[in-house]
Amino acid sequence: MKDFLLNSSAPNGELHTKWEDYKKTLNKLSPEEANQYKIIIIGTGLAGASAAATLAEKGFNIHAFSYHESPRRAHSIAAQGGINAAKNYKKDGDSVMRLFYDTIKGGDFRSREDNVYRLAELSANIIDQCVAQGVPFAREYGGFLDNRSFGGVQVSRTFYARGQTGQQLLLGAYSALSRQTNAGKVTFYPRHDMLDIVTVDGKAKGVVTRNLLDGKIEAHSADIVILATGGYSNVYYLSTNAMASNVTANWRAHRKGALFANPSFTQIHPTCIPVKNNFQSKLTLMSESLRNDGRVWVPKKKNDTRKAGDIPEEERDYYLERIYPAFGNLVPRDVASRRAKEVCDNGQGVGNTGVAVYLDFKKVIEEKGEKYIKEKYGNLFDMYQKITDENPYQTPMKIYPAVHYTMGGLWVDYNLMTTISGLFSIGESNFSDHGANRLGASALMQGLADGYFVVPHTVMDYLAKEKPDFSNKTDKKEFVDAVRATEKDIEKIMSINGDLVVDEVHRELGKIVWDKVGMTRNKEGLESAIDFIPKIKEKFWKNISIPGSDKDMNQELEKALRLKDFIELAELMAHDALDRNESCGAHFREEYQTTENEAKRNDQEFKYVAAWGYNKDDKPSLFKEDLKYKNVKLKTRSYK
Amino acid sequence: MNVNLKIWRQESNTTEGAVHNYRLEDVDPNISFLEMLDILNNKLIKEKKDPVAFDHDCREGICGSCGFMINGRPNGHQKATTVCQLHMRSFNDEDDILLEPFRAKSFGVIKDLSVDRQSFDRIISSAGFVSIDTGEAGEANHIPIDKSNADEAFLSAACIGCGACVAACKNSSAMLFTAAKVSHLALLPQGEEEQAERVNKMVATMDAEGFGACTNTGACSAECPKEISQTNIARLNREFIKAQLGGLIKKK
Repeated sequence: MKDFLLNSSAPNGELHTKWEDYKKTLNKLSPEEANQYKIIIIGTGLAGASAAATLAEKGFNIHAFSYHESPRRAHSIAAQGGINAAKNYKKDGDSVMRLFYDTIKGGDFRSREDNVYRLAELSANIIDQCVAQGVPFAREYGGFLDNRSFGGVQVSRTFYARGQTGQQLLLGAYSALSRQTNAGKVTFYPRHDMLDIVTVDGKAKGVVTRNLLDGKIEAHSADIVILATGGYSNVYYLSTNAMASNVTANWRAHRKGALFANPSFTQIHPTCIPVKNNFQSKLTLMSESLRNDGRVWVPKKKNDTRKAGDIPEEERDYYLERIYPAFGNLVPRDVASRRAKEVCDNGQGVGNTGVAVYLDFKKVIEEKGEKYIKEKYGNLFDMYQKITDENPYQTPMKIYPAVHYTMGGLWVDYNLMTTISGLFSIGESNFSDHGANRLGASALMQGLADGYFVVPHTVMDYLAKEKPDFSNKTDKKEFVDAVRATEKDIEKIMSINGDLVVDEVHRELGKIVWDKVGMTRNKEGLESAIDFIPKIKEKFWKNISIPGSDKDMNQELEKALRLKDFIELAELMAHDALDRNESCGAHFREEYQTTENEAKRNDQEFKYVAAWGYNKDDKPSLFKEDLKYKNVKLKTRSYK
Repeated sequence: MNVNLKIWRQESNTTEGAVHNYRLEDVDPNISFLEMLDILNNKLIKEKKDPVAFDHDCREGICGSCGFMINGRPNGHQKATTVCQLHMRSFNDEDDILLEPFRAKSFGVIKDLSVDRQSFDRIISSAGFVSIDTGEAGEANHIPIDKSNADEAFLSAACIGCGACVAACKNSSAMLFTAAKVSHLALLPQGEEEQAERVNKMVATMDAEGFGACTNTGACSAECPKEISQTNIARLNREFIKAQLGGLIKKK
């Protein structure tokens, strides 16, 4: 094991001018020169679609793949609350520096200064770009853009389009992508799963895909590959991610040599509709923006079975307002989630299961009226009512934390390139900007910053140093072998013919990961997960049952191909969480907490990014990237 | 509760389909409609039978993937609701429930309840955008936009592209889908220059894709899970006439 082997390759210089100065040094290609290159992009959500559109505008030939029928179906569409930008329209003292600091602090000092500063710096450009595309952001009566607040910050910098911000931003990126499809610069491959990365002489040169309609396994070659494949929350089975969201593209890259960073940094979102029964297929988020106006509380008395309305004010515990007077209901997600678990574990939980807390809008409705709420959160209130059959205008919402986002992902350098040359990773699929906890409304910001404004420059620089190799190389040995290996995997899975449905195994995996590598972790639990996960793997390879044929639309086979990679990832997550003997952000090790039950960091020993290398049939190897803080002082995070 | 499902099964676009009967007993009324189908599929897999194929992803009513006919209505009987947001509590014990794919010439059946809606993508890529490259945009607040126009544009932009409007229409017209995008951009100053070209190209593509004509019955809007208003169609017609007249004036 080598300490601090990894280097972000960020340029030297002043934090404030670094990115602009660096951009000037990057090599450029004219549109005619760019036209000699082919780029494969996997995933066409916010990050993938924005990168595809921008690189196509610069002249590159883009081949974009998605397992969806259309880019507009990507899960970015479900992001609700908003997107941060340091515009300081509210004149409340916001600045790039402040957004940078909030993000570093929110991530509990486990992210890279240079990347986070660049993200904050680019945030304003994103809003300009999206408005120019026609994204209908919320506006004030004067016609200017409106803002609201999100957790972990004391300024109002979140731009939004009701509770459908992700939808509107994705439709904007999709329209930019569609324009390039029309111009012939983007070829879109719908309903294709990426099942392997192909490297030639150590460089990423293509992918292997499965056409989900006819099962055809195909190789595609290109000059570089960009992964924009989102997060892996579905390793927990139940999460707020869409049903098909998966880790396969990232995991195949990992097996081919890309390091996987901070896999155990997973975000549990405090405000989701609680699990109701065993048939539950997914969880639904209620946007963090609701905490602008809603108040979180539980009864002071344990096992209180009275209805919410029957519990008088003085018998309610508004625990977030009590513990964190400065930030109140708007503490960061990891803090709000853990405190919800704490009160429920203490017997103060509400609802039939006792595993929920109230999010109450009574006060704001009394003060500002129902119309105010309808305008701001109308679709969320409707969705809540449809799912629970309860009217949140009349009774408080019942909420509980659920898995929502993964800060961990493929390790990338300042250029967003993985440890495989020519393989880039953008958006949620990389690890780069959020440290140990992501602040609300920052995922959309990162996806679009990476896609519109970062990777187009760094990719162009990389390609300017590479000879274009436009001709199809898929008859090369590396491609032929990768196709054969994928076909063999599928043959093996199709031949298992056991008696378990894929979802049954996935649910079992999810329970282990939730119990042992969830909101809180401890040594004993993590060790038991490491012992137990291989048994689930064995069960998968011996007992699952895939009906039908692999030469046809087969949704069970699609699920199985994803689950096999989730199982391997789950084991790595447990290793990562066990190895990090400290608590930071969302990674809460019970052994390491303050007397006030807050995360206790250990900067002496763990101020690093843990990037893991894949070893077949052996434990993963750890590579570290030291995190250097030159512009912020390491502090204990406090929201009191 | 118990339900009697009658589900359209079709192996592919080139084979014939038929309705098959399935009975599910002891269904928890609080599960979603798609969770009910998950249970049916689990049962079929255990019996080594082919599960029912259907598109779905976010299960939050926003991605637009799910969408099929339930008892003859796109996305079922509940107003302003996608299939994934429909819950079994809105059905009665012992109900017969008929499930069929969206039927339209421009939406070929892929398998069972899954259909091909890529014709929608082609309508958008013909001109459903503002022609601006990344990095060309000016300061966002330099163009104030009247709040009521911005709100109206948002309502049009809220379309999820599920295809219920086409399935609801006796002519399989994609007018509401196309009009929602034309309206969204027509209500905003951005890309105003391209408005005439946009409406002409999008309407031409819609016709070329084989969607039928609009006869203003309003079925599309009534069945739309996002309640996209029929006003959008009036707005498209106005923009279309303006574009045609503009063309005539230019020719003169």
